[in-house]
Amino acid sequence: MKSLKAFNLTIFVTALIVAASVIGAEAAPKQKNIILATTTSTQDTGLLDVLIPLFEKETDYFVKTIAVGSGQAMAMGQKGEADVMLVHSPDAEKKFVDEGYGINRRLVMHNDFIIVGPAEDSAKIKGVKSSAEAMKLIANANALFMSRGDNSGTHAKEKTLWKKADIAPAGQKWYQETGLGMGQTLNVAAEKKGYTLADRGTYLSMKKNLGLDILTEGDAALLNIYHVIEVNSAKWPKANAQGAKAFADFMVSKKTQDIIKTFGVDKFGSSLFFPDAGKKVEDLGK
Amino acid sequence: MELILQGITKAFELILAFDPEVLGITWLSLKISGTATFISLFIGVSIGTAVALNDFFGKRVVISLINTGMGLPPVVVGLFVMIFIWRSGPLGFLEILYTPYAMIIAQAIIATPIVMGISLAAIQNLPPHLRLQILSLGASRLQMVWVLVKESRLPLLAAVMAGFGGVISEVGASIMVGGNIKGYSRVLTTATVMESGKGNFDIAIALGIILLILAFLINLMLTQIQQRQNPR
Repeated sequence: MKSLKAFNLTIFVTALIVAASVIGAEAAPKQKNIILATTTSTQDTGLLDVLIPLFEKETDYFVKTIAVGSGQAMAMGQKGEADVMLVHSPDAEKKFVDEGYGINRRLVMHNDFIIVGPAEDSAKIKGVKSSAEAMKLIANANALFMSRGDNSGTHAKEKTLWKKADIAPAGQKWYQETGLGMGQTLNVAAEKKGYTLADRGTYLSMKKNLGLDILTEGDAALLNIYHVIEVNSAKWPKANAQGAKAFADFMVSKKTQDIIKTFGVDKFGSSLFFPDAGKKVEDLGK
Repeated sequence: MELILQGITKAFELILAFDPEVLGITWLSLKISGTATFISLFIGVSIGTAVALNDFFGKRVVISLINTGMGLPPVVVGLFVMIFIWRSGPLGFLEILYTPYAMIIAQAIIATPIVMGISLAAIQNLPPHLRLQILSLGASRLQMVWVLVKESRLPLLAAVMAGFGGVISEVGASIMVGGNIKGYSRVLTTATVMESGKGNFDIAIALGIILLILAFLINLMLTQIQQRQNPR
């Protein structure tokens, strides 16, 4: 009996050593890694696929991009699980910085939100200039609206639009929440022939397969603004403050801003984002 | 229909062109899930055999627990592994969240009960007198265990296939603890989720087909070993 137990123990210990050595190999390079928590739109459009390799080449840092909604990205920052955030949910961002979780919030770029829907447009919102008015029409027509429902920047914007239109959509039959990223939500909306609020960048990069049209655009309330925020390392000493600063500086540098300006022109015929480093939020969209 | 054909064409294009990114993703999937299966094999077979061959108080409860573990939901595993290894977690000092190593750990935890449960049943299914016969022929206990493991090689290889199949096709835990980082922790399943989210259905289908081919080839290889005549 004893030898059998010893045999099993040997195997078990060997397995643990194998596991431990595999793990140990990773622990060596420290503070080379930057965890970037960002919105899905920067990844889904392919912008980060262009920018991150450039940054890594320039600085020797390794960026771990975690693409989630802006809400979740800031939740990661709040726990000190991310070093730097590239997000587009201004009200939540202000709160985040005011509460001392983030520092050095800087304007990076903007584009705009659009309300998209099927070409039939049963709620007749095409050409309606005011986004709140368009939301009202959708609600009155009981037309299917797909919400992100994930606390992302787009979801936050959508909620402010409903508020402006004085409508409480939650629980309504025509109002459904996907809980998914922008790309997937656009797919769901296309499949179900519903309306949804999208950022222009993700919409343009996916347009070819969607069959959804832009119905409302150009309202000042639809501005979509991206900021970069560094996690407050005074609060989270484990955060890679240097790396975060290096990445944030990179995002607002002249060279990066020039790349953002032309990104997507060759593929989609127009820019997906407009660089804004150094500008004031109040001056955007004018 | 057109989309499916497009996807299949794209898959072969990507494979035949040896697209470096797709090759990298495929190779990483194989490495991560292979390592995880290997670890689960050590732990699973040894504990499974130990439980099968020993009688102790509460054995049925232990077996029930192992059998329940065979259906461990990957996202739950992912969630707990994440909580343990994030910076503020008890194992945060390892700094392995969003690395392939975190994925190996999560996948090993998913595969281990599968391997354990099947090997336990396999050893228990051997004729009860076999042990006594082997011992009476003068074998040591260690030799006896070795013969028993060899005798149950058919179901044990099935355990490897089940474990490997379970983790290579798993996506929930991998995306949570791996983060789907390009060129680093992006595997076939997480890439498929991302590409379909981006609306690139042709690439998503291509990745899916590559995953199927990979799983088939691995199982073909293991089945060859399993069905070999007289391996002794």
